[in-house]
Amino acid sequence: MNNKFRNNPELKPLLQKIKNVIATLDGKALPLKFMEVCGTHTVSILKFGFRHYFKDSIKFLSGPGCPVCVTSAHDVDKIIYLAQQGNHLVTFGDLIKVPGTHSSLEREIAKGATVDVVYSPLDTIKIASNTKKEVIFIAIGFETTIPVIAGLVLDAYAQQINNVSILCLVKTMPNVLRFLLSQLKGEIDGMIMPGHVSVIIGSEPYEFVPQEYGIPCAIAGFEPVDLGLGIQTLVAQISSRDPKVDNRYTRMVRSEGNRAAQELISAVFQECDVSWRGFGTIPKSGLCLNEEFSFFDAEKRFRIKVKDEVVQSACICGDIIAGRKSPLDCTLFRKNCTPENPIGPCMVSFEGACAAYYKYGE
Amino acid sequence: MCLAVPYRIISKDGNKAIADVFGMQKEIDIRIIEDVDVDEYVLVHAGFAIQRVSQEDAKETLELLTELCEAKE
Repeated sequence: MNNKFRNNPELKPLLQKIKNVIATLDGKALPLKFMEVCGTHTVSILKFGFRHYFKDSIKFLSGPGCPVCVTSAHDVDKIIYLAQQGNHLVTFGDLIKVPGTHSSLEREIAKGATVDVVYSPLDTIKIASNTKKEVIFIAIGFETTIPVIAGLVLDAYAQQINNVSILCLVKTMPNVLRFLLSQLKGEIDGMIMPGHVSVIIGSEPYEFVPQEYGIPCAIAGFEPVDLGLGIQTLVAQISSRDPKVDNRYTRMVRSEGNRAAQELISAVFQECDVSWRGFGTIPKSGLCLNEEFSFFDAEKRFRIKVKDEVVQSACICGDIIAGRKSPLDCTLFRKNCTPENPIGPCMVSFEGACAAYYKYGE
Repeated sequence: MCLAVPYRIISKDGNKAIADVFGMQKEIDIRIIEDVDVDEYVLVHAGFAIQRVSQEDAKETLELLTELCEAKE
């Protein structure tokens, strides 16, 4: 089945039809500007050649959907502080190279810090069961990952693994999109919504986008057929002047999302205001542990002493994840900033826009 | 990081299951997927099944492609 979504002879004629429709659009400046919110979509759009194919008709703008990229330097400094204090850190691999103000986890590991990279947050339980040290999971991610982190907290609670905590930096999509749209009025013609975030939250939380901003939305998967169908509905919605949220990833996304996952999240977390790289603090755009599970909050368990410093850098990662600039606009791109020696987080994460452009861009 | 891949369930035991992905077998957590059966596909992110994959909807999506492809402009 998967192969039919990747190599499908019917896709090419559909893409040509989309181009033809774009050419006949009335009163629309070309190229159309579509934001792909999710970093994994950025990778697919470049990897499968969509950016090149539509180069005269669609400009794809990266959005804030790369968890590492939206983590602020100040929050990275907190992670580094916890490592420097002799705690045992557990993290997703992407975070290792992300520079904070003065250091990175990679440099702290070289100096002797204990940091385990895991595939699943749930692995933290096994690690903590085998050490007397304080074990801290660095919780980054969006709605897709948050149920897994809730699972970790619930397991630690049930099994009374008391040397586990989480540094909670998780973020949620709807309010950052609202924030971005209020800044980019009239500059976006359509949005490709994050497929796997949508698996959890469903399509309803995006309804304000067409209703309040008149912008067409597609929920799409990550294979070429998924992207083609997602782009097709955006162009069709523009043509018919009927913006809506069209779910083109129905094999995974139900309109109501995954209720069990939502219940797991609300059992452990509550909404809070969080800070985003490039955007500052956005009200109710993240989650923190609720009162019942605050025991597992690393910010409460440890006195984290980190100064709020401004980093002087030519890196434009903040503008890239806001859809204002492209990696190609950055003076550091490919010259001073590469995946081996990244200056900003958009080059660190494999799904960061800069890393994707570096690997797949022309 | 929101990468997720369909796995086929091979066996299950409470909240845990052994599932196949690209010929490899891995342990996954299935606590939020109600009554999942052996041989069913689930979407897995970070070792955690987050959704049951609908084979019927997958077929419908491919049919939509055919339909749009054949439609007159």
